[in-house]
Amino acid sequence: MTAFRIPGKGRIDHARPVRFTFDGRVVEGRAGDTVASALLANGIHLMGRSFKYHRPRGAVTAGSEEPNALIRTARGRGRAEPNTRATMQEIHESLAAESQNRWPALAFDVGAINDGLYMLFSAGFYYKTFMWPRSFWDRVYEPLIRRAAGLGRAPTDPDPDLYASRNLHCDVLVVGGGPAGLAAALAAARTGAEVVLVDEQAEIGGTLLSEPHLVIDGQPAWDWLAAALAELGAMPNVRLMPRTTAIGYYHQNMVGLCQRLTDHLADPPADAPRERLWRVRAGQVVLAQGAIEKPLVFDGNDRPGVMLSGAAQTFLHRFGVRVGRRAVVVTTHDSAWHTAFDLAAAGVRIAAIVDLRPGVDGALTARAAALGIEGLTGHTVTDTRGRLRVSGVRVNPVADGRVGPGRIVPCDALLMCGGWTPSLHLFSHTRGTLAWDEASGAFLPDRKTEACQIAGAGRGLWGVAAALEDGAKAGAEAAAAIGRATAPGTFAVQGDRPGTGLVVRELPTDADPGRAKAFVDFQNDVTAKDIRLAVREGMRSIEHVKRYTTTGMATDQGKLSNINGLMIAADALDRPAPEVGLTTFRPPYTPTSFGALAGYRRDGHFEVTRKTPIDPWAEAQGAVFEPVALWRRARYFPRPGEDMDAAVARECRAVRTGVGMFDASTLGKIEVVGPDAVTFLERMYTNPWAKLGVGRCRYGLLLGEDGFIRDDGVIGRLAPDRFHVTTTTGGAARVLSVMEDYLQTEWPDLDVWLTSTSEQWAVVAVQGPKARALLAPFVQGLDLSEAAFPHMSVAECTVAGFPARLFRVSFTGELGFEVNVPARHGRALWETLWQAGQAHGIAAYGTEAMHLLRAEKGFIIVGQDTDGTVTPQDAGLSWAIGKAKPDFVGKRSLVRPDIVAPGRKQLVGLLTEDPDVVLEEGAQIVADPRQPVPMRMIGHVTSSYRSGALGRSIALALVEGGHGRMGETLHVPMPGKTHAVRVTGVTFYDPEGARLKGEEVPA
Amino acid sequence: MLLIHCPYCDETLPEAEFAYAGEAHIARPADPMALSDEEWRDFLFIRSNPRGTHYERWRHVHGCGRFFNAVRDTVSDRFVTTYRAGEPRPDLSASTGAAR
Ligand SMILES: [Zn+2]
Repeated sequence: MTAFRIPGKGRIDHARPVRFTFDGRVVEGRAGDTVASALLANGIHLMGRSFKYHRPRGAVTAGSEEPNALIRTARGRGRAEPNTRATMQEIHESLAAESQNRWPALAFDVGAINDGLYMLFSAGFYYKTFMWPRSFWDRVYEPLIRRAAGLGRAPTDPDPDLYASRNLHCDVLVVGGGPAGLAAALAAARTGAEVVLVDEQAEIGGTLLSEPHLVIDGQPAWDWLAAALAELGAMPNVRLMPRTTAIGYYHQNMVGLCQRLTDHLADPPADAPRERLWRVRAGQVVLAQGAIEKPLVFDGNDRPGVMLSGAAQTFLHRFGVRVGRRAVVVTTHDSAWHTAFDLAAAGVRIAAIVDLRPGVDGALTARAAALGIEGLTGHTVTDTRGRLRVSGVRVNPVADGRVGPGRIVPCDALLMCGGWTPSLHLFSHTRGTLAWDEASGAFLPDRKTEACQIAGAGRGLWGVAAALEDGAKAGAEAAAAIGRATAPGTFAVQGDRPGTGLVVRELPTDADPGRAKAFVDFQNDVTAKDIRLAVREGMRSIEHVKRYTTTGMATDQGKLSNINGLMIAADALDRPAPEVGLTTFRPPYTPTSFGALAGYRRDGHFEVTRKTPIDPWAEAQGAVFEPVALWRRARYFPRPGEDMDAAVARECRAVRTGVGMFDASTLGKIEVVGPDAVTFLERMYTNPWAKLGVGRCRYGLLLGEDGFIRDDGVIGRLAPDRFHVTTTTGGAARVLSVMEDYLQTEWPDLDVWLTSTSEQWAVVAVQGPKARALLAPFVQGLDLSEAAFPHMSVAECTVAGFPARLFRVSFTGELGFEVNVPARHGRALWETLWQAGQAHGIAAYGTEAMHLLRAEKGFIIVGQDTDGTVTPQDAGLSWAIGKAKPDFVGKRSLVRPDIVAPGRKQLVGLLTEDPDVVLEEGAQIVADPRQPVPMRMIGHVTSSYRSGALGRSIALALVEGGHGRMGETLHVPMPGKTHAVRVTGVTFYDPEGARLKGEEVPA
Repeated sequence: MLLIHCPYCDETLPEAEFAYAGEAHIARPADPMALSDEEWRDFLFIRSNPRGTHYERWRHVHGCGRFFNAVRDTVSDRFVTTYRAGEPRPDLSASTGAAR
C-alpha cells in the first residue's frame, strides 16, 4: 500500500494489485484504477509536458475532458496510441504507458527552453514571427516547430486491430449514467420502451461514484446505484453500455457511439474488436451529460498538483487516493468547500480554503472552522511555487477591488473550482441554441432542433436531488413522446450539496498581469494575456480570437477553457459575454480513433473490386493489373524478362501484324428498348440514329447541356426498337443515370426502357489483320466477309457454340471484332479463341497497349483527352454531330458565345523534334520558351507514348487555337530540358483507314 | 444522416440510398434553339441557392431508381416534404415540418 492510497476506500479492488509501466518504471495500482489514479496513488503528479512551452503538467481532471495528462499507451503486439488520456485509460498488466513531449526525460526536458522564450511564443506567434523571410519557413521554422512542439508520436505500423460497427434502433437513448441519466432510463424503461443507456466511464454512476455519503430513498448512494443498475440490467428492453462515448449527435436523432471493448484488458481475445462504432437511431434522446468543472485563471495555475476540486473528490471516493498531504482549496463556488471537508475527513490537511467571494454560506464557513480549516473568504491566489510539483501558493486579501499583501501558504496540492459548465457539446452538434443564464452564470440549452430532452446539470440544475427528479421527468417525457405515458417518480435525497457560485475572469492579482502565466487552455498553452493581446491586435469575433490564440483548439476542444476564454475576451472587448458568444462545438465529443470510424472498410474491403469473367485467366497468365473505376483491368501481360515497355511493344506488334485479344468486358452496356427508343437516342446523343439500319452501328457522342463531352461509345441497332449502347468503363453508371433522368423527368411520354447490361455480357475484342481468319471458323449463322459484314456492323449469331452479339468495330484501326457472350461463357470463349489463336501468333493485350493503339489512330479517351470543358468541335469530332437534328442534349450550347469564340483549346497531335523523347502526360505547352517566368501556358499534353508502329514518340494535346496551328513549332518545358514539338493532326497511323479491311491489305 | 421519404416506395429510408440531383422545377426548354444566349445561360447555370426553403431533386438510386422532388430547409438541412416528379410545388402553408 502506498502513502496516498487509503486502505479499503473507493471502488477499486484493494485485493488485486495490477502492475504496469510508466516511462519504463513499474508502477503498482489496483484493479479498477486509471493510469492517473494509480500514478497519484504513488505520489506521481508529473505526467506530461505541454504543447508549446513544454511546461511540466499533471492531471487536472479525473475524466475525459483531461487536457494535460496525455500519454502514449502500448498494449503489446505492436499496438501503440498517442495522446491517450491517463484519466480514462484503465490499467492492466500488459500496459506500457509513456509520457510525451519530453526529451530526454520527463523531469528534465530540453524543449522547456520554449518556456523561457515565452514572449516570442505569444498569441499569433505563428503569423507574426514566421512571416519573413519566406524561405525560412520550410527550411528553418517549420522543422524546428515540429520537433519542439506537437502532441505525441503517431504509430508507424499498420493498426493490427479489428474495429466493428453496428446499427441500432431504440425508443430512448440516454447519454450519461449519472443520477439524471439513471433516473431517465428507469422512468422510460419501466414503461416498456426500448432504452439504451451509455456512459463513457468504465463504471456507470457518474457523480454518485464520487458522493458515497448520499442517502437516496433510504439507501446509501452506492446501494441505490447497485439496485438501479440491477433493475435496469434485468429488463430485456434495456441495454447498458459503459465505456461507450456518444461522439456525435447527427440529424434526426442519429447518435454515433464509440464503445471501447478491449483497451482495458491485459489479454484480450485475439479475434475481439478493439472498438465498436454504433450508429443509433433513437426515437427520443435524453442528454444527461452533467457539467464540467471550470478551472480558475491565475499565475501558475498549471503546475503539477494543481487540479480541479471535483477531480480530487473523484480520486478520493472512487479510487481511494489522496491527491496530496497538505492541500489548499481556491474557489468561487460552494462545491469546493465540500471537497475540502471530504478530504479533511480522509486525513488530508487542508491548509486553507481561499474563496474570492466575500460572503459565503455561513454553514460552510462554520463547518470549516469546526474542522480547524482556515476559511479565507474575500481572498485571491496570485502565484504558485514549485517546479515539478506545486509547493506553495501565494494568497492575498481582496477588498473593494484592491488586492492586499500576499503570503505564501505551503501545500503539495492546490484544488481549484471556478464553478461548473453544463456539458452541451452533443446538444450543440444538433445546432440547438444556447442562452446565457445570468443566475447560474452559464449557457443553458435554449431552442431544440431534435427530439431530445436535456436533464440535470446539463441544464443548470445543481445537486443530486434535482438531477434525479429532472432525469425522471425527462425519461417520462421521452416515453410519453413515443406513446408510453407514465408519471415520473420522486426521490428522497439526504446529504445533497447543491450550492452556488460566482463567475469570474482572471483572479485579481497584485502582480503585473502582463507577466503572468495564467493558463486558460492548458493543452495549447494559451494564457489570459494571449487572449487580451489578440483583442488588442484587432480580433473582434470569438472565432477569430480562437484561431489567433488557438484557445479551445486542443484535443479537449475547449471543454475546460471555453467559458474562461469567453469571459476574458468579453471583458477585453468590453461587451457582455452572451453577445460575444461561444465557438461552435463539433463532433467528435472526444478524440476518436480512425480505426473506429473506418470499421470494416479497410484493405480489400475499402471499396469493391470488380472483376471480369476473364480476370482469373489474366491473373494466371501473370498479368499486371490497374484499377479503372472500380474494375481491375489487365494492363499488360509480361513474358519472363519483359518490362512494361517491352510487353506493350510486343502486344501492339501482334495486333498490327497478326491478331490480338483484349478483354473489353468492363465497357458499360445499356440496352435501350421500346417504340420510342430511336427518338430517345436522337435526343440524347449528338449523332443521327433514325436512319441507322438494323444490323449497323455508329460511334455515339454524349454531351452535357453545357455542350461539353461527357461520354462516348459504339451503339448498335439490333432491331427497330432495340439498341445496344456502350459507354466508357468509368461512365456506365453515370450515363444510365443521365438517361434515366431525361426519360423520367423531361420526356416521360417516351415509351422506352433502359437496362444496365454491363455485367451480363463478357466482351472479347479480336483485333488485327488476322482477326477474321481466327474468328470465322467459330461463327455460325453469319457471313463474316467484308461484303456481308462490313465495318460498323452488328449481328446476333453463335460463336464457339455460345449465343453472341458480334460487333465489327475497331478501337485499334485494324480489322476488328468484339464478341459479346453471356458473362458465364466469357472465360470459355476466351480460352477457345486463345487456343485457336496460337496458330496465328496471337497475343493477349492489356489496357496499356489498347491506349497506345488508339492514340496512334487519334481516337480520344473521354476523361484523358477531354476534361469536362471540351466540346465536339474542340476534339475534332464535329463530324459526329447530326447537324440536321432540331435538338439534342447540349446542342444549344454549341453556339454559345464562349464556345464559338476563337482561342479555345483544341485537340491536336504533337511530334517531338527528337523522336526518342516521350513527353510527360500533363506537361504544359508554351509558344516561346525564351519568355520570362512565369510563362504563358497555352495547353497541355493529354496522351503520350512511344509508338512501335511509327518508330517514334507521339502525343495528343489540348492547345489554344490548336486546329489553326498545324505545322507550328511549340515547346514543352520538362524537368531538365525544354522540348520542341511540331503540331500535327491527331491521326498518326493509317490516316486513310485502309487497314480496317484486314488481311487484304499487306501488313 | 438524414432520413428521406421516397414518394414512390412510400418509405422513409436513410440518406445513403439516395442521390442529390440539383434544383427542382427547372424544366428543359421545349425548343432550346429558340432561346437567347442569356435565357440559355440562365437555364444552364443560374440557380436560386436560397437560405431556407429549397425545392430540389433527389433520386432513390439504391431503391426504386426514381427521381422525385423534395422541399428542404437549407439552414436546418431538414426535409419538409417530398413529392413525385411532375407534381406542382406543394402548398407549404399547412406544413408543420418546416424548420426555421
Ligand atoms: Zn423509392
